[in-house]
Amino acid sequence: MSSDFVIVLTAIFVSTASALLGSFLVLRRMALMADAISHAVLPGIVLAFWVSGGERATAPALLGAAAAGLLTVTLVEWLTRTGRIKNDAAIGLVFPALFSLGVLAVSLYFRNVHLDLDAVLYGEIAYAPFNTLEAFGLNLGPESLWIMGGLTLVNLLFVLLFYKELKLSTFDAGLAAALGFLPAVLHYALMSLVSLTAVGAFQSVGAILIVAFLIIPPATAYLLTQRLPVMIALAVLVGAVSSVLGYVLAILLDASIAGMMATVAGLLFGLAWLFSPVGGVLTARNRRERQRREFAARLLLAHLAHHDRPVPAREVLEEFGWSPAFLAQAQQWAQREGLLAGDPNGLRLTARGAALAGERP
Amino acid sequence: MDLLAGIFTDYTLRNVALGAALLGLVGGVLGSFATLRRQSLLGDVLAHAALPGICLAFLLTGTKAPLILLLGAGLAGWLASLLMLAILRSTRLPEDSTLGVILSGFFGFGIGLLTFIQHSGDSDQAGLDKFIFGQAATVVGEDVLTMAVLGGVALLLVGLLYKEFKLLTFDPAFASSLGLPVRGLGTLLTSLTVIAVMIGLQTVGVVLMAAMLIAPAAAARQWTNRLSTMVWLSAAFGVLSGVLGAVISATRENLPTGPLVVLTASLITLFSLLLAPERGLVWDWRRTRNNRRRIRLERLLLDAHVLYNHAELTPESLAQRRRTAPARAKEELEELAARGWVTGRGERWELTEQGHAEAHRLEQAMRVLPKALNPRAEGGAGGAA
Repeated sequence: MSSDFVIVLTAIFVSTASALLGSFLVLRRMALMADAISHAVLPGIVLAFWVSGGERATAPALLGAAAAGLLTVTLVEWLTRTGRIKNDAAIGLVFPALFSLGVLAVSLYFRNVHLDLDAVLYGEIAYAPFNTLEAFGLNLGPESLWIMGGLTLVNLLFVLLFYKELKLSTFDAGLAAALGFLPAVLHYALMSLVSLTAVGAFQSVGAILIVAFLIIPPATAYLLTQRLPVMIALAVLVGAVSSVLGYVLAILLDASIAGMMATVAGLLFGLAWLFSPVGGVLTARNRRERQRREFAARLLLAHLAHHDRPVPAREVLEEFGWSPAFLAQAQQWAQREGLLAGDPNGLRLTARGAALAGERP
Repeated sequence: MDLLAGIFTDYTLRNVALGAALLGLVGGVLGSFATLRRQSLLGDVLAHAALPGICLAFLLTGTKAPLILLLGAGLAGWLASLLMLAILRSTRLPEDSTLGVILSGFFGFGIGLLTFIQHSGDSDQAGLDKFIFGQAATVVGEDVLTMAVLGGVALLLVGLLYKEFKLLTFDPAFASSLGLPVRGLGTLLTSLTVIAVMIGLQTVGVVLMAAMLIAPAAAARQWTNRLSTMVWLSAAFGVLSGVLGAVISATRENLPTGPLVVLTASLITLFSLLLAPERGLVWDWRRTRNNRRRIRLERLLLDAHVLYNHAELTPESLAQRRRTAPARAKEELEELAARGWVTGRGERWELTEQGHAEAHRLEQAMRVLPKALNPRAEGGAGGAA
């Protein structure tokens, strides 16, 4: 396997695993919990690092990070439930404190070890091909592929197996609870998987950029569709496209791979925001403009139907108080539709235009 | 004490402590408004969004002058907040997702730019990445001056527009009915928050900035219900965490200032949450425990009262009535005895004078409620009794 392929495949696994869970985070309005968890896994990793005696072992790191993630969720919920602090402020209190503890521990005890903060923050997916997994004396290929592939599979299974429960508890938590679906258990399961994914992706895209992979593709998909299955599929697609394009861009510019992937994801979000067929900003504006123009043209037709002779443009402008440019637009549309004749003496209906105007009482 | 004296004698420590204190002051004041307006995480977004601004400012001008980099940071943060508002207004995307998209998208772009600059072999770039965690230890006098000027402007504006900001925070609808430019004032307040973030970047960095806007304000909120007191307290807590964090980090090598400042602020918040008068959770727990205990004893006394009046009060009879073990009933009677409500004479117990009075009072208290709620019963044709 070429190293380019390994890197891109790892990134696609990261983005797919994230998009699967992120879709539910976005819909449940817990996007910022993803931010909090991804910061707070740091002390968990450090603790696991310390417990396992400075070995950069994967299993303890995963466990430690999952524990830290759950601690974050529990603390935020506890703080919110005391009623003394609002939910967003609770998030903003918990994760910097935990992250500070992590940073402090790293700079105190692991300064010279293989756990430097740059890697924590923005990861180094470029090393993915070189950390290989060896078992029973066999070289099984890059470790990151195994970890992220496994996590992608676990997340996929989770979403497929509990799709009904996830969907119901996302859109109607009360009904889900009434039907005995245990939304709280589902909530903690989802959060545990987010923590696991965050730490699994920690080597490749870093603790902070994982937020980009968890939130941006699902948010982009959210702008493009109103249906949940389509949204999840689109989120996975956007993640994969960002992974590939981001990698290409990073190679061209010699910049951080994860950073460029997040940039591309952000750009895709921007495109969806502007051009989405469902309520994109420019799409909506164009539709409004077109409707305005068509309405004006029909108004014009109705007006002309009362006159036998061609009406000079000046008269129409006075009558409706339009700008000449606007009249020209409406005229152009009506001419293209074959409703208005190009008469040099002024505006005149074609036979079709007259018929159309006459239909209306 | 040597350490605190170090603030006045040690040049580096003095600058670091001053920088952190300024951050605490400005962050505390503006954080109060931000948390009350439920915009606490805006600081986090602005800080992350500042990174590409810093990198672009460096790429375009090639200098590392703090003011220019901070201006770049401010512009990027400002752009991010405008973009965020535009997205919120034009889509149905939830607010937290919008924050997340802007935060991580800008930050990813910033990391991309940062590595691009680093790999392009520009030797001047060293230290640029320190904005991520802050570079408190390298803050020099000139930086402190820049921070002081920026912070001074922000605080001055808050002072001048205090009444307007207060109204905007608590009742924007009323403010707008008075003819105040609510949207403009909101944007101004957000822009001032950008200034607080710019000051924080050099001391605590991008990642930890959120805490410096939230923690002091959340702590101050526990001690008072008045905005003015809260702002002063929040500023004081901010300054305290800044100075303490700086001093503690000077005690040992390898103790980064930013995380220590944030942890100090978090501890102050935790302390306030638990122990502030009135709102403190510890008092709450104690009140709940005392109430539970009082209610349990009162029910016990009423049971004992009934038994004493209509049968006989022994541990066995009490146990039967309350469906507990006789040993437990005996303990309960002793609890009542400790209050002076019953006395024991062998197996037979009886209510004391005080116990009778208390039971009577409780019975009366229980009767008051239904009577007061039902006006017809108040006429009292003797039926209720």
